[in-house]
Amino acid sequence: MAGAVKTWLARHAQTLVGSLGRIAQQPLATFMTMAVIALALALPLFLNVILQNTHTATANWNQAFDLSVYLDRKAGLERAQALARQLRARPDVAAVRLITAEQALKDFRAASGFGEALDALTDNPLPNTLVVTPTIAASTPAATAQLKAGIAGLSEVQSVQLDTEWVQRLTAILDLLRRVVWLMGALLGGGVVLIVGNTIRLDILNRRAEIEVMKLVGATDGFARRPFLYGGVWYGLGGGIGAVAVVALAIAWLSRPVAHLAGLYGSHFELHGLGWQVAAGILGLSIGLGWFGSWLAATRHIRAVDPI
Amino acid sequence: MIRFDQVYKRYPTGREALAGISLHIAPGELVFLTGHSGAGKSSILKLLGLIERPTRGQVIVNHQNTGAIKPAGIPAFRRLIGMVFQDHKLLHDRPVADNVALPLIIAGVPKREIDKRVRAALDQVGLLTKERSRPLELSTGEQQRVGIARAVVAKPKLLIADEPTGNLDPDLALEVMKLFKRFNDVGVTVVIATHDVHLIDQFAARRIVLDEGRVVADSGTVVTGGAATGLDTPTPVLA
Repeated sequence: MAGAVKTWLARHAQTLVGSLGRIAQQPLATFMTMAVIALALALPLFLNVILQNTHTATANWNQAFDLSVYLDRKAGLERAQALARQLRARPDVAAVRLITAEQALKDFRAASGFGEALDALTDNPLPNTLVVTPTIAASTPAATAQLKAGIAGLSEVQSVQLDTEWVQRLTAILDLLRRVVWLMGALLGGGVVLIVGNTIRLDILNRRAEIEVMKLVGATDGFARRPFLYGGVWYGLGGGIGAVAVVALAIAWLSRPVAHLAGLYGSHFELHGLGWQVAAGILGLSIGLGWFGSWLAATRHIRAVDPI
Repeated sequence: MIRFDQVYKRYPTGREALAGISLHIAPGELVFLTGHSGAGKSSILKLLGLIERPTRGQVIVNHQNTGAIKPAGIPAFRRLIGMVFQDHKLLHDRPVADNVALPLIIAGVPKREIDKRVRAALDQVGLLTKERSRPLELSTGEQQRVGIARAVVAKPKLLIADEPTGNLDPDLALEVMKLFKRFNDVGVTVVIATHDVHLIDQFAARRIVLDEGRVVADSGTVVTGGAATGLDTPTPVLA
């Protein structure tokens, strides 16, 4: 029994190597097939990497459930402090930070570089501002909206801005894009199956006589199909390696300008590459697609070969 | 070993290749099927190898009713039969030894055993020195012997050959026929379709003559050497 398993394994190993040798006999055609698979997989993979990075870059913004409360410019510092105390007393408020108009102007002067221009102003155009952080329990969209309405109704409050609004929009856009990438990935994955299937179909047509002979001496369809399945596996592996290489190169090429851009925004953000898990996953996926494509074609076309 | 019972074969083109064939071939017989081209020789062999199915009637091979064999069972059935073809049907991109080994690889025989049996089969057909050659480097006669080695390597009880000497000059043809005779001498049932009556005159063997899909003459079982198992006396039946 163990001997039979050993023989079986040895046969499979031999077929695996043999099928590699066979596709290596036509290096150009094999390379073209693998390159098409690589490009088809690289596109969604690359977009996914970009999305992942955007997600990482904006992940901490998602926590910014703060409300910016701009007070009337006529309201003085005392009124602002009183309002801050009043808001701190609310059960749905976790913290309130007061940014005085004076402080805001100082920050703006430092950050904007409009120092001298600002000196020309006779009085401070900026209002006192309260930054209100809701409790975690009150961080749902409905509760924050309620809080926002409550604060807006207070006297001396000019306007209330929910800082999460644009983050939520961004998140929604990212979610949509993620779906688009998945859809694209599914379509291009289907394309890979068809590419491999068609390549294997032509391969079978070229080897029709050989398959016929095998069937005449008692080969099952499964036996005749095996080298083609392994051929599909090799196409998938080659295409997968190509896709990972293309994406890795693209990321390497983009990482410096991205870091430069992030630096201009005062961020230390860095473009993250594929990571070995994702790379391994892509290889597994492309091998699976290659196998499936060849299985579809080989099962159909080998059955159709009838010895005469 | 083989029994045909009122077998008809009509091809999709409408040609009736076999029109009511009934015959019985006992284990260990050497049988020549002769007749003009189109007489039905090849059709009989194709039915034996399950390459074709009868339109009507029953074909029993090795106690198996071939009509009951489903497509999935055909490979296993073919492994019990050695088949030799006029055009050899060798794989040209592989060495001789790999061609001969094919039936054993398909059957899942261990590698060491395969090497041994391939060498034995090549030795029997006198091609041991050519095992690493490619089929196209060999002469037609040698290629045919590779085909025979492949047919016998799995030690089938039944060997069928369709015009195995069709492309050979008379000397080579005789050599190949003698080779078949040697396998028959050790007990293998051999059925050969050939139109070369001069060649088979040199062999004391049963001869079945076909014409338009019917048996027109059957010399009956011929007692040959030690392998004869038939008890019938050879009585030529003339139509």
